[in-house]
Amino acid sequence: MASSLLNSSVTRVSQWLASPLRPRQYLELLNPLWAEQSCGRIEKIQRETDNAVTLVIRPNHRWQGAVSGQYVRLGVDVDGVRHWRCYSVNSAQRPGDETFSVTVGRVNGGRVSTYIQDTLRVGDVIALDKAMGDFVLPTDATAKLLFISAGTGITPMMGMLRSLRDSGIAADVTHLHFAPTEKDCIYFNELNDFARRPGFNLHQSLTREGGQHFDAALLDNVCPDWAERKAYVCGPEGLMNAVRTHWQNNELSSQLCEEVFQPVRAEVPAGAGGTVLFWNAGSSTEGAGDKPLLEVAENAGLLPKHGCRMGICQECVVTLREGQVRDLATGEVFGESGETIRICVCAAAGNVTIDL
Amino acid sequence: MKQENASADFVSALPNIPAAKHLSEEQLQTFGARLTEIGQRYMDSRGPADERYIRRVIAAQRTLAFVARIVIYSGILYAPMFFVGAFLLGLAKIIENMEIGHNVLHGQWDWLKDPKIHSSKWEWDGVCPSKQWQRSHNYIHHKWCNVVGMDRDFGYHVLRVSEKQEWKPVYLFQPISNMLMAILFEWGVAVHDDKMGGLRTGETTIEEARPSFKRLFRKIGWQVGKDYIFFPLLAGPFFFSVLLANVGANLIRNLWAYAVIFCGHFPDGVEEFEPSDVENEDKARWYVRQILGSANISGGPVLHFMSGNLSHQIEHHVFPRMPSNRYAAVAKEVRVLCQEYGIRYNSNNLPYQLFTVWRKVFRFALPPRTPQNPATQTP
Repeated sequence: MASSLLNSSVTRVSQWLASPLRPRQYLELLNPLWAEQSCGRIEKIQRETDNAVTLVIRPNHRWQGAVSGQYVRLGVDVDGVRHWRCYSVNSAQRPGDETFSVTVGRVNGGRVSTYIQDTLRVGDVIALDKAMGDFVLPTDATAKLLFISAGTGITPMMGMLRSLRDSGIAADVTHLHFAPTEKDCIYFNELNDFARRPGFNLHQSLTREGGQHFDAALLDNVCPDWAERKAYVCGPEGLMNAVRTHWQNNELSSQLCEEVFQPVRAEVPAGAGGTVLFWNAGSSTEGAGDKPLLEVAENAGLLPKHGCRMGICQECVVTLREGQVRDLATGEVFGESGETIRICVCAAAGNVTIDL
Repeated sequence: MKQENASADFVSALPNIPAAKHLSEEQLQTFGARLTEIGQRYMDSRGPADERYIRRVIAAQRTLAFVARIVIYSGILYAPMFFVGAFLLGLAKIIENMEIGHNVLHGQWDWLKDPKIHSSKWEWDGVCPSKQWQRSHNYIHHKWCNVVGMDRDFGYHVLRVSEKQEWKPVYLFQPISNMLMAILFEWGVAVHDDKMGGLRTGETTIEEARPSFKRLFRKIGWQVGKDYIFFPLLAGPFFFSVLLANVGANLIRNLWAYAVIFCGHFPDGVEEFEPSDVENEDKARWYVRQILGSANISGGPVLHFMSGNLSHQIEHHVFPRMPSNRYAAVAKEVRVLCQEYGIRYNSNNLPYQLFTVWRKVFRFALPPRTPQNPATQTP
């Protein structure tokens, strides 16, 4: 009692002494992991294929843990600018070990994936968000499972498989995996090790070496009891659509668990606007591609906070939830969700959602 | 260029602004477009070197502030260290307020997308809450720079520094109020808010000003608690020595910030404007007003750094969101462009600029000589 009182008053006084900063903003000068924000150090970088690496990350004290198969947002500084990308946790949970791993595939022209492949080094510190998503093993350990994955879509499945292996559960799993060639197959050896385990039935289809793409016939052939299984799918849009449709047609959607890749952004025609959704006001309206979002909001009867109306004062900065905007001064189209924008000089570029 | 425009059919784009009335509309617009191009070129080239710069400055400043506090306590063993520590802490506060705080709060580093160095999150080491200052400075001062009656920073409602301001008897005391502003600079900034100021003129009600006051008192609590209560208490019987050292550090910061900031818009040669000058103002006209209404301080890299690069006041007003470490380079181009178009580019050393500011403070304390009677005017 007395010690906790002492503890909390020491904390209070140290906050006062450090103000307007927080005490941890001094501590992080010694070790970036002592920062107030959630972040992690790259412990190991392991090459899986020519175009995929696995990062083993040691998170700091803010980390709340991750369940294998969930996704976590990594904040990587590329040329000084922070970018956030989601990756699936593919390591098994181990008591007493906080490290986790993700596998990053190279995306053609992808700034972040290229940086991670070519420039990121062991010891670098990256920002982390908390792990999220329900693409995880069912609580019922005896459930029969079906994994359908393509390319790097295998990473969340790998997390679940490793968890099953480490916990010694001999689950009944059928795994249907698609990859262009054997060379592109991440975890090729480890998967084949799994294939030797009882209850694990692996079917790999190398689509550029004569293997089939996903269809109903292939599924019936490889996994005749597919309708009885809890199914998981992760891969490119084409595979996701085919699988989703098949499960819908059989009225089994509730048994299908989907994990989408980074959403594919529709190309916005030059100068086009879109529908503007004001998140906390709960209303939406059309926003022209050349009209500042501030004016769009005002015309919709909202009164956003603002100042100069010329982009210099930061009074009208709001958070972009979804979509992209056009900087009316430079014409640049930009925006990642969570980024801040100045609504007096930015217009909608396609549909956008903003937090006024 | 001035000579070329002497022809009879010349139409001035800015007939009411003596320092720029030699420009035709076409010249004015080309000038504006070229300035925009220069700014965009620098903004496009922002990259990892700039990021390293600001992160290093922040780390160095925090280290300096920490060391300064330790040095102050070492005064317990060897008294002169109180003075050394106060001086170091003053430096740390100057760097935090000017090169880091002021510039972060302008959004100069928002492009890093790091919430730790972002205009919407930063709180600086001074009694004025960041949010309040952002509004009065980034918006009202920067947008309406040197427009008498609109730019609340023009004379800070305390000083008369132009004949365009109407004389009142209270201005007779302005040499004294000027001195008090220098000593109490951070407090002056803190009470200089349009909501709070509106109380005096009756433009705002107590209810409207209440949130501003609440925010201000909370911030004052943190700042006073830190520098004048908790750090001195840690020294036990040396409470008053540490208190005095902290007062000294804040005083050093106040005097320096006052000097740099007063040299930004009040030295001889800067123009003042009327509200009618900014009606229908376009970007090119806005640029010209910002340039004519600002003054630079010439000097070496140390002066520029310690002034938060506000010594490049002209460039800061033209490109308020450009990272401050780029002002020195962009200044060379802006200066050449201004010369080419015959637009005055006011730059001089600190003692000279400060001398002309003080001269104005004394000169404009007195009522204007009646223009109706030319006989009383000195030649």
